[in-house]
Amino acid sequence: MNAPIASTTAASSADVAIIGAGPAGGTAAVTLRSRGLSVTLVDEAPLPGGQVWRALPQTLKSGAADRSPDRIDGDKLRGALANSDVDWRGDRRVWSVMRDPQGFRIDALGPSGTETIRARSLIVASGTHERTVPFPGWTLPGVMGLAAATILLKSQHVLPGQRVVVAGAGPLLAAVAAGILKAGGEVAAVIDQNGALDWLGASGAMLSRPALAIRGAGWVRRIVGARTPVYRRHCVVAAQGETDLASITIAPVGANGAPRPEGRKDLTADSLVIGNGLVPGTEITRLLRAEHRFDRDLGGWCPVLDGGGRTTIEGLYVAGDGGGVLGVDAARAGGRHVGETVADDARAVANRSERRPTSRRRPRFGAAMAHLARLRPAHVASIPAETVICRCEDVTRAEIDRAIDEGADEVNQIKHFTRCGMGPCQGRFCGDIVAELLALRQAGADDETTIDRARARIGSWTARVPIRPVPLDSLIGDFDYADIPVPPPAPL
Amino acid sequence: MSESLRFSGGTSHEVTVHIDGEPMRCRLGETVASALIANRVRLLRHSPRDRRPRGAFCMMGVCQECVAWVDGAWRQTCQTSVVDGMAVELDRTP
Repeated sequence: MNAPIASTTAASSADVAIIGAGPAGGTAAVTLRSRGLSVTLVDEAPLPGGQVWRALPQTLKSGAADRSPDRIDGDKLRGALANSDVDWRGDRRVWSVMRDPQGFRIDALGPSGTETIRARSLIVASGTHERTVPFPGWTLPGVMGLAAATILLKSQHVLPGQRVVVAGAGPLLAAVAAGILKAGGEVAAVIDQNGALDWLGASGAMLSRPALAIRGAGWVRRIVGARTPVYRRHCVVAAQGETDLASITIAPVGANGAPRPEGRKDLTADSLVIGNGLVPGTEITRLLRAEHRFDRDLGGWCPVLDGGGRTTIEGLYVAGDGGGVLGVDAARAGGRHVGETVADDARAVANRSERRPTSRRRPRFGAAMAHLARLRPAHVASIPAETVICRCEDVTRAEIDRAIDEGADEVNQIKHFTRCGMGPCQGRFCGDIVAELLALRQAGADDETTIDRARARIGSWTARVPIRPVPLDSLIGDFDYADIPVPPPAPL
Repeated sequence: MSESLRFSGGTSHEVTVHIDGEPMRCRLGETVASALIANRVRLLRHSPRDRRPRGAFCMMGVCQECVAWVDGAWRQTCQTSVVDGMAVELDRTP
């Protein structure tokens, strides 16, 4: 009798599987194909490009061609992939990744059911998700992420609201505010957690990439030209509304990143787009039990990688922001570099020769931007008790503090005590904040060095299958009661 | 579609999607979540535990806040493209 799930699953194999078709994964695929290896490239989106190079659907294109650098780079990647014979699998949701004797086994759910992909090597290029430091009212409709607003603007040509406040930290702030203004929308204010001095501190690194610095200057020029109020060294401390966002409260922040009690101000807005940096998506590398390390500047927990993107597990590689947030240019360069490494390693295995060690410098521009958007412990410490931390399960800070009082001393225990992180987002939005809250309590301090040590000790959620929610019936397929294998009864 | 939050593109690819039985005009290529935002429908559901109002949050298939009952199945509306005649039920209790 066949295994029930395999009977309805399409199976295939390749030299290399790549999960994520953004700048890193897409570039790695093209590189590997040019080195003669067979490649299967899997992504959730219908077209390659990832978040930053996301395609605009054909039917939404207007007369004027979009000549933004992201569109041009994305179209170039999509063209290169279309002209290659990379096995492209869009619209696929990867829900399981396992090691198997030949390398790796990936299970995905696609438009025509479940699929199993086997590959000798695996490159994880799954990118990041956005972090928001919670505040009362952040769960109201009308509040969304900066990355969410980018998707609306770039790939849907829709404004997030009528009168938008753009808030948080890092380069996405200016990009989103400028994008809204360019589209003819209204930006009520820009709320930047950083001040002019913080940005000045990053200016040396910005000069290392003049083209990107000029692009940033163009965003700033548009914001200044529209006379949009910019509140530097401020953050959002509350959002108000009944069923929908109506107004927000902002406050000046101190040198440690925490809001100050004085100088608060209310702003009317029907839309708030907010983000406090990006977090590497490490669920696959954690699931496979690769080693990870905590690096606040790179977004938090990152897989341990050598210069060639090799993890601590044979045959498993990481490219792009999923290995630490360094931005699109680093992701593209990393995709090429990791692709070359995988091809070299495959040849070394075939020739039974030594694998070449590889090294790479951390790009200054991306590192400076990620540093501006890093999580500030004192900001997390300031979250009021009644604030929801886990959106899925409505777990408040007070409930998390109580669990710590009752003896929870690592994040998985907080999960067991409170259900925090147990909902359908699988802890992706609350994980970093919960760990920071626990670190603050255990360390009894809020400086980054002390908190980082505590975070390294506390760890992160245990990753489990399914790594993305999938409907159970589509995994079961046409499995029936009669398919259950019944072993012969033991002799009496 | 003059009062919507859409900012470009023609109307040559219009389709109709039914939101809780009410027709809503959308552009082919839009996801259900962005079509709802464009038409200023933002309250999509209530959280299961405390029944707090929720809307689309991450738009990239991670947060699950935009999940709705679409043509007889739970779908993330930010990952679901509009199709003519699609029926969407918001705030359905599982």
